[in-house]
Amino acid sequence: MMYYSRLKMASVIAVCLLGVLLCLPNTLRQPAPGVPWRQIHLGLDLRGGSYLLMQVDMNSITADRLQTLADGTRQALLDKGLGYRNITTDAKAGTVSFTPRDPSERDADLKALRAMPMVVPGEFAVDGRADGGIVITLSPDAMRRRAAEAVTQSIEIVRRRIDATGAVDPQITRQGDDRIIVELPGVSDPEHVKKLLGTTAKMTFHMVQDSAVGSAAPGPGVSLLPLASDPNQTLPVVDHVDVDGSDLTNAGAAIDQQTGEWAVNFSFDSAGARAFAETTRANIGRRFAIVLDNKVVQAPVIRSAITGGNGQITGGFDAQSATDLALLLRAGALPAPLSVIEQRSIGPSLGADSIRAGMISLAVGFMLVILFMALFYGRFGWYANTALLANLVLMVAILSLFQATLTLPGMAGMLLTLGMAVDANILINERIREEVARGRTALAAMQAGFERATSTILDSNATALLAHIMLFVFGSGPVQNFALTIMIGIVTTLFTTLLLSRMLMVRWYARTRPSILPV
Amino acid sequence: MFSRPLLRFVPKGTRINFMRGRFVGLATSAVLSIASVILFLHPGLTLGLDFRGGIVVETRTHGPADFAQIRAALAAQHVDAAGVQSFGAPDDVLIRLDAPPADAPDHEARTQALVDSVRHAVASLPGAQVLRADAVGASVSAELFRNGMLALGVSLLMILAYIWFRFEWEFAVSAVVTLVLDLTKTIGFLVLTHFEFDLVMVAAILTILGYSTNDKVVVYDRVRENLRKYRTMPLAELIDLSINETLSRTLGTSSTVFLAALPLALFGASLSGFAWVMLFGIVVGTSSSIFIAAPLLLLLGEKRLRRDARPAR
Repeated sequence: MMYYSRLKMASVIAVCLLGVLLCLPNTLRQPAPGVPWRQIHLGLDLRGGSYLLMQVDMNSITADRLQTLADGTRQALLDKGLGYRNITTDAKAGTVSFTPRDPSERDADLKALRAMPMVVPGEFAVDGRADGGIVITLSPDAMRRRAAEAVTQSIEIVRRRIDATGAVDPQITRQGDDRIIVELPGVSDPEHVKKLLGTTAKMTFHMVQDSAVGSAAPGPGVSLLPLASDPNQTLPVVDHVDVDGSDLTNAGAAIDQQTGEWAVNFSFDSAGARAFAETTRANIGRRFAIVLDNKVVQAPVIRSAITGGNGQITGGFDAQSATDLALLLRAGALPAPLSVIEQRSIGPSLGADSIRAGMISLAVGFMLVILFMALFYGRFGWYANTALLANLVLMVAILSLFQATLTLPGMAGMLLTLGMAVDANILINERIREEVARGRTALAAMQAGFERATSTILDSNATALLAHIMLFVFGSGPVQNFALTIMIGIVTTLFTTLLLSRMLMVRWYARTRPSILPV
Repeated sequence: MFSRPLLRFVPKGTRINFMRGRFVGLATSAVLSIASVILFLHPGLTLGLDFRGGIVVETRTHGPADFAQIRAALAAQHVDAAGVQSFGAPDDVLIRLDAPPADAPDHEARTQALVDSVRHAVASLPGAQVLRADAVGASVSAELFRNGMLALGVSLLMILAYIWFRFEWEFAVSAVVTLVLDLTKTIGFLVLTHFEFDLVMVAAILTILGYSTNDKVVVYDRVRENLRKYRTMPLAELIDLSINETLSRTLGTSSTVFLAALPLALFGASLSGFAWVMLFGIVVGTSSSIFIAAPLLLLLGEKRLRRDARPAR
């Protein structure tokens, strides 16, 4: 207990020096040769920026899949020359059901439907109902996998869209099953980004059912979609998607040569170009709707087959909206709508204020604790203060090593750790005092003091650690950051007090062999 | 200052008879806690944005705030603010809006649109800037609240389990009962001071719980040690002795934590509410270690602990 091997001493000192080395990058602007380049990230509350929590609309994923399934059902039956009545989808139950044209076709229907392609194995089951109908049920498991995939895909598209805005150092992370966190340092007004992310940008090309114009019930397989320019007007559009926006390879904003209006030019990949050419060739003279997020942007009449794979959308754009639409088309459509459910944005001046306030608090708090320890514990108090400084250095070092984010609550955590960190030293010192008061020799008092205090120190720190693990597990954002700094703080505190400050005390004793301890 | 201690917190070898005043201490604590619970029921906590949902926009105006002008700018954007008030400096203004109810269609999108409208309103004021704009949807706030309460509950259980495991059940139960008393008083303090109850406050409360437990563990540790050392000493006397022996440490550590948190309360800007609650909690936690946790241990363990202590574990 009173003996410190050279190796142990060397390791303790080495850890402290390593800590100093790891802290260094935080004081530098540019990477320096020979210094590990790992800095603490400043949280949005300290440097200004925006935090958006977005939720993927899972209902729409189910509804979309059901719509495609209903489409597929229709197609599969028609291909086999079978008929159907009343195809309905039920998003809640996740089913598509219909009634066969004739009870005798039932087995043929079942066979045709079971042969439909599945995206994932076991995606749906086809069953006959007691009343003679047929029901196709999506398996919940397959839907979950699909949803998870949709979130992954959404993250990719969100990243592409945000990168296109030129945001610096954006962080996009998944949270839970259906949420995405977007952090944008330096963007203190996220209005534009919110608008970009709030658009699904699903572009599809459908034929217009001209015969149904003006009718309130356009018939099966045709929907009345509102016009983008005037939501009160609708146009009957065939549900079947002729060409999909996912076949686009490029899109850009440009000024239309003839009208002088802003337009968005786009080009298809070879599959898209082929489909586009076929559709236009077969439907010359008919109207063709460009649908964006279930709104008809434009419905021009097809004059000739468009074979080059290029197209143009016009329709009341200005420079910004044309650029945005081009950006969205390039980045691709979101598999489901995203909605912002939490937004926090901090202006840069408030961040600077917070850093100043935090730094002042840390400095003043540190000074007060140092003064207190020096006044009440003398020499051993200074050893505790040395350990305290090392503690601060090590905390910063560990935060840098993991490139953790420091927020204002994190700074509060560091401050509290400083207050708590000397506790172990106080426990040791008080124990030694007691042993001295009982008339033990200096050596025996130190030995007994260390020994007895250690179990108390471990117990009290373990309970504090427990409380903060809970805080970390159940907290979010800033609270987690606070808990994390304290958890790191508890570990560094144990190291600096049980090893470093004790080492200083023991070395001092070994050097001077005092008969009276300065406690 | 460099070698011998200059000051001493507690004179050497105090023999204060804390247990004599145990009923006064318990009664005072109970009264304060009951009062706090009544305050919690009425008027209740001021829920912060995290738990209530809604929109808070902090702005800094050019020169002292002109509230009529701000209201007019908001009205021009068709925004019906629930509150426009100053906070801190005279040029700092807080604009507060309630979120559309969770059952309203598109409530999330409408909440977001409202924030943008408030931003536009602020942008129309000459020289004004938005310092911070937060919007929390109704579904998120309910979730955050549930998680916050869950964190509090689970921590109490974990602390109970840990002390039970390391000590005996009497210690664990008295510690957790004391923590609940501390917790209720802190909530009472929050009601009285009108500090907003949000996630950061949950963090403050959990820190207080952790700190307070820490404090109790140190006293209990000494009680346990003394139980083995003085086999025949009556428990009341033994607990008194243990408190006296650890008094210097208890006060010393509380003081350093207090001193560390004090600057944050004074200069910590947006965290000053958090720090004030911490300071309150430190005082409550320290006093409850002495006046509540120990007497409870005496009540619970009067017969059992003495009997069990004989064969030292």
